[in-house]
Amino acid sequence: MEKTIETNRKTNGQYDPLITHPYTVKRVINETHDTFTLHLGPTNGRNTIFPFTAGQFNMLYMYGIGEIPISISGDPSKPEQLVHTTRAVGTVTKAMRGLKKGHSIGVRGPYGNGWPLDNLEGKDVVFIAGGIGLAPLRSAMYQVLANRDSYGKVVLLYGTRTPIDILFRKELERWKSRFDLDVYVTVDRAIGTWRGYVGVVTILVSRAPYDPRNTVALVCGPEVMMRFSIMELKKRGVKSEHIYLSMERNMKCGVGHCGHCQLGPTFVCKDGPVYRYDEIDYLLDIREV
Amino acid sequence: MAHQVRLTLDALQSLIDELQSREYIVIGPKIENRKVVYDEIAKIDDLPAGWSDEQEAATYRLHKTGSPALFDITHSMNAWIHHLYPSKATLLKASRENSGFTVERMKEAPPKYALFGIRPCDLEAMKKYDRILLKDTFHDEIYKNRREKTFIISANCTRPSGTCFCASMDSGPKATSGYDLALTEIIRDGDHYFIADIGSESAQELINKIPQAEASADDIAYANSLIEKAREQMGRTLNTGNLKEILYKNYENTHWDTVGDRCLTCGNCTLVCPTCFCTTIQDYTDLTGSNVERIRQWDSCYNNEFSYIHGGSVRTSSYARYRHWLMHKLATYHDQFDTSGCVGCGRCITWCPAAIDITEEASAIRQHSITV
Amino acid sequence: MENLESILKQHPFFEGLLDKHIEFIVGCASNARFKTGEFLFREGQEANHFYLIREGTVNLEIYSPQKGAITIQTLDEGEIVGWSWIISPYQWRFDARSVDMTRLIALDGKCLRDKCNEDPELGFELLKRFSPIIEQRLVATKIQLLDLYGKDD
Repeated sequence: MEKTIETNRKTNGQYDPLITHPYTVKRVINETHDTFTLHLGPTNGRNTIFPFTAGQFNMLYMYGIGEIPISISGDPSKPEQLVHTTRAVGTVTKAMRGLKKGHSIGVRGPYGNGWPLDNLEGKDVVFIAGGIGLAPLRSAMYQVLANRDSYGKVVLLYGTRTPIDILFRKELERWKSRFDLDVYVTVDRAIGTWRGYVGVVTILVSRAPYDPRNTVALVCGPEVMMRFSIMELKKRGVKSEHIYLSMERNMKCGVGHCGHCQLGPTFVCKDGPVYRYDEIDYLLDIREV
Repeated sequence: MAHQVRLTLDALQSLIDELQSREYIVIGPKIENRKVVYDEIAKIDDLPAGWSDEQEAATYRLHKTGSPALFDITHSMNAWIHHLYPSKATLLKASRENSGFTVERMKEAPPKYALFGIRPCDLEAMKKYDRILLKDTFHDEIYKNRREKTFIISANCTRPSGTCFCASMDSGPKATSGYDLALTEIIRDGDHYFIADIGSESAQELINKIPQAEASADDIAYANSLIEKAREQMGRTLNTGNLKEILYKNYENTHWDTVGDRCLTCGNCTLVCPTCFCTTIQDYTDLTGSNVERIRQWDSCYNNEFSYIHGGSVRTSSYARYRHWLMHKLATYHDQFDTSGCVGCGRCITWCPAAIDITEEASAIRQHSITV
Repeated sequence: MENLESILKQHPFFEGLLDKHIEFIVGCASNARFKTGEFLFREGQEANHFYLIREGTVNLEIYSPQKGAITIQTLDEGEIVGWSWIISPYQWRFDARSVDMTRLIALDGKCLRDKCNEDPELGFELLKRFSPIIEQRLVATKIQLLDLYGKDD
């Protein structure tokens, strides 16, 4: 079957950003007791594949239930595999958890900017992920690993709640066994036979092997975890303008029209979700902003 | 162009007739439930001739003047937004089909509106809407299609209300651009007529069809003097000097708590504001589950769920919601759209049940500014 | 075997100490080695040492009869283990257990304690170095308590 790649989607007058398109579930992977990954493909008749940047998100729609923003967790070099990882916590995601191969789901997007992976030649890249925050960073990991030689040290620091909450376990194990990659996984609470690190991810930031003067850090997780991770990065001497973080706010339209996702003077859906830390640092300390 | 003509009251009726013959739905100010609203009118007689309004914080009253003036009332409670960016719009319909569903994109046949008597502040608000919904990466289909067809007859203000401060916001009392016709009402020496500034070729073509006379230099000067007098009589003022910078420095000012204690988070201000544009998107499923409609409707940042993300809302306190709204109007809008989010219409002051006044609040923050 | 003095001097923890102080500390230092599962110290015991991990990993644990040993923090190469030796009543608050074969430098806290009392300048220097570690762990614990990644619906 021939596939068309829709380029220049944003300026294509035919594209209505608020219209969802039916996609078919190709595969469901249960990552943990509450987190799962969906592989989606266009439903026959609308055979369109769109390119995306690591860090972008789509609006996923469960027929009759609702629509929510979910970041893309797949490989940007394989846009034909549209991959999303999410946790069943709300009405929509809980319904999504019941999806099986062959079922339908609505997709519109991609929206937002992505991780700044160009122009990082020779730099150490430190990924700092908390909980489900690993999902959008995985896309960036794929891209960095595909061009591994372009970067200095590549470090992944991943913190999650307990050992049973670890996402992408097999992949992490594979990455951990690579010589050109430092992967540290830590849990807040050890249970069972866990023999790995215990403690919050911020501790790893303070001791992981990277050169703070030549590092770009990509941070994604709960806002508190990001704030404290950034504090540790700065303590080690990583410059504010070399720290990027992915923010979360309520998103309804995805194109900066509905106003919900405002963060200070920005719209998370189009100016974010990825921000350079020094552009929004003043907002992170303000309550209820 | 800058060509001005003199129109009688009858000529205005001819203008409306002409617009209607061209299938325009004419929208204008009219009295409904003891207030002036902006809605469909059939003829000149529907306009609130002989009425004037009294607007103050949390106060709105109409009274008879005995004058034949059409525009002694200031702006209507609602602006034109209802007509160009409807409060409720169906974006798509989806239906269950086999194991999946199909999606039908809704296309409306855009209504053709002539906005009669639109005030300069509201005209400025429309330019902001254009910036947001037409000039960004994505445009809004409904707004675009309706907007393109719209014919605009503006009415310059010769009497501001008690809550007006357009002069401070550089958005009135005179319409400077963006109209097809701009009227200034004159009652002088027993004569009642209008000076119309022709702002587009289609307006010129329309004017040629109705009785009119060339406006004299004296008429034009008189019209301008009325507008200038209105400029001096603004009910409120707002010092915008350096205001954005001051507000950005004062996110943590304790004054927000004071206004937060008064704010009922009712959202009235967002509903009457001509620059507020927030919406929400909701899906409605019928009982059988076979049909879904995706509806976009106006939303307000004062609703608790507005900022909801998994786990809770970001802005739960009333002070935070008021601060977000005021910051948006007077600071963040500038960075988002290179223009102020306030046109100084004063509706938010009039319609606030707690009489909160944006000009007072902004000046209180300025006065008690945290020095950084 | 590497010279203890040069190792201590190069470690960021001791950076900037006066030579005479380093010299004294070196006098209190010795090499230590723990096998997998061995305890460096146990909760309640008198705290007379602290350690600098050269190789390996150490877990801080609390034992609960129902739940067994609960790891509360993992310490890694280059990190300092133990500050109870400098804070009255000089008793370990947790168990510290070697996760794998661990090589460390053990510093005699009792000897340092006495010296610190005699030489407040050294005492201040050491407290200045321990307090950020204490602060960092306190912050980490607070974040841990938030249960950030937990469900909250």
